[in-house]
Amino acid sequence: MARGTDQGVLGRIAVYAVLVGISLLFALPLLWMLSTSLKPTEQTLANPPTLLPEPVSIVPQQLVRNYIGELDADGEVVHRGVWTDPVVDFPLYLRNTLLVSFLAVGGMVISSALIAYGFARVQWRGRNALFVFVLATMMIPFPVLMGPMFIIFRELGWIGTFRPLWVPAFFGTAFNIFLLRQFFLTIPRELDEAARIDGCSHWGIFWRIIVPLSRPALSVVALFHFIFMWNDFLGPLIFLNHRDQFTLALGLQLYQSQAGNVPWNLLMAASVLVVLPVVVLFFLTQRTFVEGIATQGLKE
Amino acid sequence: MSTQDAHTHMHGLKPAIDPGAKTPRGRNVDRRTPEWVTGLLFVSPWIVGFLSFMAAPILMSLYYSFTDYPLLEPPAWVGLGNYAEMFTDPLFWKTMGNTTLYAALAVPFGTILALFVAWLLNQSVKGLVFFRSAVFLPSLVPLVASSMIWLWLFNGELGLINVAIDGVLGPLGVRGPNWLGDSTWIMPALVLMSFWSIGQAVVIYIASLQDVPKSLYEAADLDGMPPLTKFLNVTLPMISPVVLFNVIMAIITSWQVFAVPYIMLGSEGGPDRAGFFYTMYLYDNAFRFQRMGYASAMAWVQLLIILSLTGLTFLASKKLVHYRA
Repeated sequence: MARGTDQGVLGRIAVYAVLVGISLLFALPLLWMLSTSLKPTEQTLANPPTLLPEPVSIVPQQLVRNYIGELDADGEVVHRGVWTDPVVDFPLYLRNTLLVSFLAVGGMVISSALIAYGFARVQWRGRNALFVFVLATMMIPFPVLMGPMFIIFRELGWIGTFRPLWVPAFFGTAFNIFLLRQFFLTIPRELDEAARIDGCSHWGIFWRIIVPLSRPALSVVALFHFIFMWNDFLGPLIFLNHRDQFTLALGLQLYQSQAGNVPWNLLMAASVLVVLPVVVLFFLTQRTFVEGIATQGLKE
Repeated sequence: MSTQDAHTHMHGLKPAIDPGAKTPRGRNVDRRTPEWVTGLLFVSPWIVGFLSFMAAPILMSLYYSFTDYPLLEPPAWVGLGNYAEMFTDPLFWKTMGNTTLYAALAVPFGTILALFVAWLLNQSVKGLVFFRSAVFLPSLVPLVASSMIWLWLFNGELGLINVAIDGVLGPLGVRGPNWLGDSTWIMPALVLMSFWSIGQAVVIYIASLQDVPKSLYEAADLDGMPPLTKFLNVTLPMISPVVLFNVIMAIITSWQVFAVPYIMLGSEGGPDRAGFFYTMYLYDNAFRFQRMGYASAMAWVQLLIILSLTGLTFLASKKLVHYRA
């Protein structure tokens, strides 16, 4: 607070003005996506465009029409919305994405926690050297690995299955291991020592003491990996080879690249469907998110 | 650590009823698995994963990089052929140029912008939660979806950006360019778009700003330092390790750019291939042209570039980065 007052009133007003401006600039693309997704096609072609669908009262009707589609009295689809598109099966892609993400998130949380425990709570020679090595692997980018990974998965007969997308998650990843190790180090050692004296093994300490006390950190890992899976484009592009297996990320691209241009309002509606779960998740877990990301500065 | 281990046998037998034990350290208790075995068991998933999904692919691609490998036939040795071909391959140099240009623009300007926004968001003002959410949220938007949003914003005729430019500067005769359809404007468009997702860096910088000891600012205030001097002389040195880490990660990320140009501009990278990036060409060679050998050589070059850029950043920053004791 001391920092705020020394700038004077003018300084404060300037800070506010810039903050409001920047926030609007950052929020505008998302708001524009939402507004476009609720317009009838003709209105997306108007120049200059209107800020909101006109009249605003058509919004509920447009919501159904663009996002779902229009049914006649017999329940037949007369107008295809995003959800009922005949070529791009968004409901299926949503199920695929959720299935792959849940498997991967489960694997990532369990494996990263076990590995982090080995680095935080068990004393062994070479532990710190290996940990530095683990951190260094953060620098190896996926594009460098993707060719040979494709060949490995092809040999295993996994191309065209979901396995290349979720099995590797069961072996942890440097950043998540780092994040959990830092958290485990903050849990008082006296707790495990007491448990050891009561005859608890490392395995028991891990499950009965560390895991229950680390729920916040474990949920950060789950959250991050879920977002990663939800966003991943290159992995599914390489390892999936059939439309029925597509994830939402691939589905959205397929929707956009279909023959004959997709009208902007429908493309934006499809984008909203892909963005919305992430936004909701963010608002539900805001604190967890921000604290987790702040750890990325790799401070010890 | 070793002194602790020396005590373990004393406490090993009946530690629970030994009232004399000050801080019982029960490691290496008899009959239990030795600690190093337990430790290795816990970290073994990482070791297995590293060997199969990192070490093996890296070594495999080293071997493939010396071969001609059309995927459906076994690899055939060609020595340094792939590396030699790269030198004279105009597309390879095109992607090198584009990727370097992108990194050279997006990383420094993105870092300055992120630091500036973090500094603003670290002021004590009302509505911080709103401002921070607005800045952070776009960094979570899946790249495919942000590609769609920005395709729409950059649209030459109806896009919001050009509507704004034509509305404000139109009377002066300035018209918005056909961003993604014009080879000179593709790179500026992609760099501009990259600024939209600096939110994660901003959050990291805010956290590090909050770690700067208040006493340092008080001292600076006593000296009557103006805000900018204070930021450059006090704040920046204190947070420099975090900035360094972020810059390195940003460089690495910029060499992996794929999804956004691939989706927005198509697999060719737009007119004149102005948005054709290194990873897109690597992908083409590996999966579209069935040239896994050449793709592997490119992967190794990419790995070496990233390692040397990281090394150089470290060296260059030795004098600039201030590590707290």
